[in-house]
Amino acid sequence: MTLAGVFGPLGQVFIFVLGSAIVLSAITVLAAFLLRGTRANVDLVQATLTILPQVIVDGLVRGFLFATIALGYTMVYGVLEFINFAHGEIFMVGAFSGAALGAALAASGILKAMPPLLFVLIAVAVGMIVSGSLAMTIERIAYRPLRNAPRLVPLISAIGVSLLLQDGMRLIANVTGLGFNARFPTPNFGPPIQLAQIPAADGRTIPLILDVRALIFIVAATLMLIGLNYLVNATKLGTAIRAVAQDRPTASLMGINVNQIIALTFLIGGALGGAAGVLFGIRVGTVNPYIGFLPGLKAFTAAVLGGIGNIPGAMVGGIVLGFLEAFVASYLSLLTGGALSGASYADIVAFAILILILIFRPSGLLGEAVAQKV
Amino acid sequence: MSTTSLPNSPFAALNRGLPAYIALTAYVVVTSALMLTNTRTSLGTDVLFILFLLGFLLIYRAKVSNGYKLALGAVMLIGVVPYFGTLNAYYIELAIQAGIFVALALGLNVVVGFAGLLDLGYVAFFAVGAYLWGIFSTDQITQISPGASPVSPQLFYLFMALGLFVGAFFGVLLGLPVLRLRGDYLAIVTLGLGEVIRVLAVNLDRPINITNGAQGIKSIARPPLPDFLRALLPGLNDPQIYQLFIYALALLIVGITVLTVFRLKNSRIGRAWEAIREDETAAIAMGIPLVRMKLMAFAVGASFAGVMGVLFAAKQQFINPPTFDLIRSIGILAMVILGGMGSIPGVILGGVLVTLLDLQILPRIATELGALKRQGVVIPDWFDPAQYQRALFGLLLIIMMIFRPEGILPDQRRREEAHAIEDREASAKTEAGEAKMA
Repeated sequence: MTLAGVFGPLGQVFIFVLGSAIVLSAITVLAAFLLRGTRANVDLVQATLTILPQVIVDGLVRGFLFATIALGYTMVYGVLEFINFAHGEIFMVGAFSGAALGAALAASGILKAMPPLLFVLIAVAVGMIVSGSLAMTIERIAYRPLRNAPRLVPLISAIGVSLLLQDGMRLIANVTGLGFNARFPTPNFGPPIQLAQIPAADGRTIPLILDVRALIFIVAATLMLIGLNYLVNATKLGTAIRAVAQDRPTASLMGINVNQIIALTFLIGGALGGAAGVLFGIRVGTVNPYIGFLPGLKAFTAAVLGGIGNIPGAMVGGIVLGFLEAFVASYLSLLTGGALSGASYADIVAFAILILILIFRPSGLLGEAVAQKV
Repeated sequence: MSTTSLPNSPFAALNRGLPAYIALTAYVVVTSALMLTNTRTSLGTDVLFILFLLGFLLIYRAKVSNGYKLALGAVMLIGVVPYFGTLNAYYIELAIQAGIFVALALGLNVVVGFAGLLDLGYVAFFAVGAYLWGIFSTDQITQISPGASPVSPQLFYLFMALGLFVGAFFGVLLGLPVLRLRGDYLAIVTLGLGEVIRVLAVNLDRPINITNGAQGIKSIARPPLPDFLRALLPGLNDPQIYQLFIYALALLIVGITVLTVFRLKNSRIGRAWEAIREDETAAIAMGIPLVRMKLMAFAVGASFAGVMGVLFAAKQQFINPPTFDLIRSIGILAMVILGGMGSIPGVILGGVLVTLLDLQILPRIATELGALKRQGVVIPDWFDPAQYQRALFGLLLIIMMIFRPEGILPDQRRREEAHAIEDREASAKTEAGEAKMA
């Protein structure tokens, strides 16, 4: 594999980032233009344009969150054709382990003096180790014994694992004193970066800000995506993973230890989920045992949107979904004059997309159509 | 495997013939008598209540004539349970809850067990039924169309029938987009759709107030108490009679559900569902109308939930969106899986067991722990078993899937399936062994 193989998919992701941002902005502005007569005292077009850059930045952060979680789903699906329902909870456990680390450091007084980047590095590493090994353990205990069972059996087991992890984490959080709504202590990241000043209607200017933590999120997620691409496309392990995904019996005839590769796939996917969890926790500031469910579901949608089993597809799907959600969340209330709450209906968007994609293009944006095996 | 006891076991004599009749009757009489003489809500009564319910399982498994089984079961359900209910309202409430969930589990069993379509958003149909009665029987209706007034509580029975059709309609509506999906995709999409219904219930208070949002709908009307019940049950106060009335309604619906499901299972439709479950492609090749059959499974399953939703709204008199969240769908799924997918007696057992675990056993452990704590035993604050519902359902699902995917009282065909796979594995292993030796 050459450099092109590693960076090619990232080009694809970049095109989709740009494309969906432009298309969605155009649609929103058009809608605002068409609806401009409906509100007397507000210039809808002006209002829409004013917050547009901020919405795009938000969409990017959401998109990278979904993309990093979606990778775990898609890798496992690619190898086992199995939806790891508990992946959202693995993300949540990652977030909690970061919170626990932060709390421990804060208790010993080191946290305040720590350089923020060092803390992020250590926390992400801890989250990756905890979540990765948890995912591997779950595979060993709850999925491997069921590998040859009918398809619904491991899925139901995975639902069970997901519920068990939620309450298990709640128990641990209560016992250790982290609490149900655990604070995620971090060093001070400093003031948000001001990217630009946007002139608003009444002569004031609205600053376009990018939170440092959001920036860290975007950079870290991009680095992880590059790393994963390299791992899967340019290393021996990656070749083995792709071989197992393509044809398990043949791969094992080629001398690949299939069980080990599957375990490693869970390790990698879990580690990515854990890292996403830590980054998410750093950005949001508090975590609770149920935060994994909704992002998990949406990340799955993202994986399907991009074409499940397809790694660049998961990134593309995540980004597109992130943008869509950000646009709906920010603009629905504005454009309907507050009649519909954007934040609530943004959750529905993900499911609507999931259903539409599964009906009209089940192979996803980047996936290839697969004939049904009889 | 578990249907026959060993010939040399000490209970072999009780297995058939006259001893079976005597032993069974004695068990029922003794547990009933013990239960009826210990009416205080306590751990001991809990145990007696469970032992009493175990009687149903024994009746089901005993080798006595079907007529006798029915008669004994009827005495317990129509005689002992209501009478006990007049002595202690807590347990009849439990029985009503169990009845509602058994009917729901039976409905889900049509979709999951018979047709093999894993539906994780089943509670949505329950919500639709509940909101149907909730909206039309209260002032909520005036919010939607200012001229309208709430319907008379007399129309409750009409609305139960309506709930059937509305449930079926929503079943088809949600079934249509997901028809082409197989197995695991279907599960996630139905889960998403279930969430959509819940989010809509929370948010449809604007622009038109349809569901009253997160506050829910209060003071939902109840069906009027039939006068003959008051004459029939002198010496009881109205709330007691009312509870018995709701119990009777729940029992009636469960009865009708069991009958319907049983007839469906052994019909042409039931066999078509089974064929779809076993092998969709082969089923199409055999000329089974896939779309119609799948939609029918969704519609039938949803219609039971719709009816039960109407009854549930009237019983609770208050509904709000969290009542219909994902965990309830999963709970109903756990009932189906615990008892045995596709097996009607199994699902009834699963429904009762999970309801008892969830509403009786875990809270009871919590109360007992609380009592111990007051006596000075150190129990940390965080340990409250009643709060760990998810862990309970999760463990149930994992353990069942790993050790007994066909359920406690499995369906014959399901059991064969599970074993076919084991056999295949076994033969594959021997083959591999032979290959190694060669």
